[in-house]
Amino acid sequence: MTLRYGGWGHLLPWAAALAFYFFGSDLLSLGTNALIMVLFALSLDLVLGYAGIITMGHAAFFGFGAYVAGVFSIHFSNDPIAGLLLATAAAAVLGLITGALILHTRGVTLMMLTIAIGALVLEVANHLRAITGGDDGLQGIRIAPLLGLFRFDLWGHTAYLYTLAVLFVWFLLAWRIMRSPFGRSLDGIRQNVRRMRAIGTPVWWRLVAVYSLGAAMAGTAGALSAQTTRSVGLTALELLTSGTVLMVLILGGTRRLYGSFAGAVVYVVVQDLAAQADPFRWMFVIGALLMAVVLFLENGLMGLVDLGAARIRALSGSRREQR
Amino acid sequence: MSALTVVLDGVAYGMVLFIISVGLTVTMGLMRVVNLAHGAFAMIGGYVAAVALGAGVPFLAAALGATLVAGLTGALAEALIYRPLYRKGELAQALMTFGFTFVVIAALTAVFGSNIKALPLPGYLSGLVDIGYRMYPAYRLFVIAFGLALAFALWLLIDRSLYGARLRAAVDNPRIARAVGIDVNRLFLLTFAGGCALAGLGGVLGSELLPLEPYYALRYLVLFLLVVGVGGVGNFKGSFVAAIALGLIDTSAKYYLPSAAAYLFYGAVLALLLWRPDGLMPARSAQ
Repeated sequence: MTLRYGGWGHLLPWAAALAFYFFGSDLLSLGTNALIMVLFALSLDLVLGYAGIITMGHAAFFGFGAYVAGVFSIHFSNDPIAGLLLATAAAAVLGLITGALILHTRGVTLMMLTIAIGALVLEVANHLRAITGGDDGLQGIRIAPLLGLFRFDLWGHTAYLYTLAVLFVWFLLAWRIMRSPFGRSLDGIRQNVRRMRAIGTPVWWRLVAVYSLGAAMAGTAGALSAQTTRSVGLTALELLTSGTVLMVLILGGTRRLYGSFAGAVVYVVVQDLAAQADPFRWMFVIGALLMAVVLFLENGLMGLVDLGAARIRALSGSRREQR
Repeated sequence: MSALTVVLDGVAYGMVLFIISVGLTVTMGLMRVVNLAHGAFAMIGGYVAAVALGAGVPFLAAALGATLVAGLTGALAEALIYRPLYRKGELAQALMTFGFTFVVIAALTAVFGSNIKALPLPGYLSGLVDIGYRMYPAYRLFVIAFGLALAFALWLLIDRSLYGARLRAAVDNPRIARAVGIDVNRLFLLTFAGGCALAGLGGVLGSELLPLEPYYALRYLVLFLLVVGVGGVGNFKGSFVAAIALGLIDTSAKYYLPSAAAYLFYGAVLALLLWRPDGLMPARSAQ
């Protein structure tokens, strides 16, 4: 990891995100989507990248968070922060329960269980028409000004900065957690479960904990999406959404944290170009991208960044020797 | 609605699930590939049959054609897409086959449009048959009979033939199978193509219960995967039992508790998988 301790490298994505606020004002809603996707992919990175839990049902937590935030704003209070915290907690609980149920299994069985749970959550949302609106989606979400001061304006200024701030907080948390002994033990579990058991690591608990943490983060992403777009649809829970976030993560590069940034930006740009015409062209693009990443870009875009950085270092190194 | 009718409907549905899923249990059990593209082969079969029927080809010929096209596509995909995947991890396999499914969906929709494809049944299958106490659709009886015949044929092939002995040896331990001179690669190609052909046939025969729509390959993939998972990956008999069981659970839930059918189905699957994480009949595997 070139960016592990490298100080200035850390500033780059955040500076870019802030610069986008000032220079990309026409495209702020697109930018907000990208930031939400970053958070969503980051949450999957904890679960899949670090802990090695192969899940195809991560959309369940994103969608659940979105629905909780949406329903909360319609029926209870439209304070954004309260809604966000509640959705995060609710998704964490869902992750805790489902994770505790399924994480004693591994490999293909585990993957199928995540798919089954995703399908179950989708069915529940589809059937609870009175609460979720079923196929029509959740309508009439109103969000009060942030902290009572900043209105969510038509151009998305508040939404963008709000999302960026939430992403930053979660990023710091994830950064810290993945460098803690807990994060290290997840690394060990991914690489060799038996050995970790042998040295006394409570494997099941660690996996459940990180699954719940990832679920909470995905729930936040879903809540942000509900609050900033003021709508939630069943698509948030579909298998396609789980596949999309996987694609974003793998495209960017797993176990990098910043990989999610690279993947999400490419994803949002491509989606904007390809999806507007018709959804099937969009599917073709996602499918082809997935296949291309597996075949040609095993370490994702961040792998390319590493390669470039290594080249530059080699060049400057040889120059120094010549002197 | 009498109980016998529900059972017949459930078994017919289960047979469709079995015909499609039996190929998937082969890929996942024998080649140890996480195959998320199996629904795509069933979809290819269904669409080929729809086009052929539209051009006036008789039903059975169209079904045969669909089986062949799906099998050939499967053979091509095995050589081009799956073989490089055997050495990679589960994640790479899942991503690659998932991507392939998307591409197939997009391609089929681009060529054939995004409306639902209906497969009109021939006269001798579309009528009702007297089964003693009421009239019952002949087509569903045909599906049940065909499924039983296929299950018997597969049992003969896998449990009683030399090919089957080789296949089981390769499932149990591919390295030793290679060491005793079994051409495992060729076995893989043949078996994979056969499984895809059956998926294509299942796509045609099951179009009444699993309508052919653009998202077919994704929507029903979950169902096929669950049949394999519940039955025990790599076990043909397990797939048969699981397919019939899931068909019965789903159909009876839809008849008796329509409002809670989906929960009941996925709840039952979840319970079964948690009770027996390796499926009802886990394959005896060296690994």
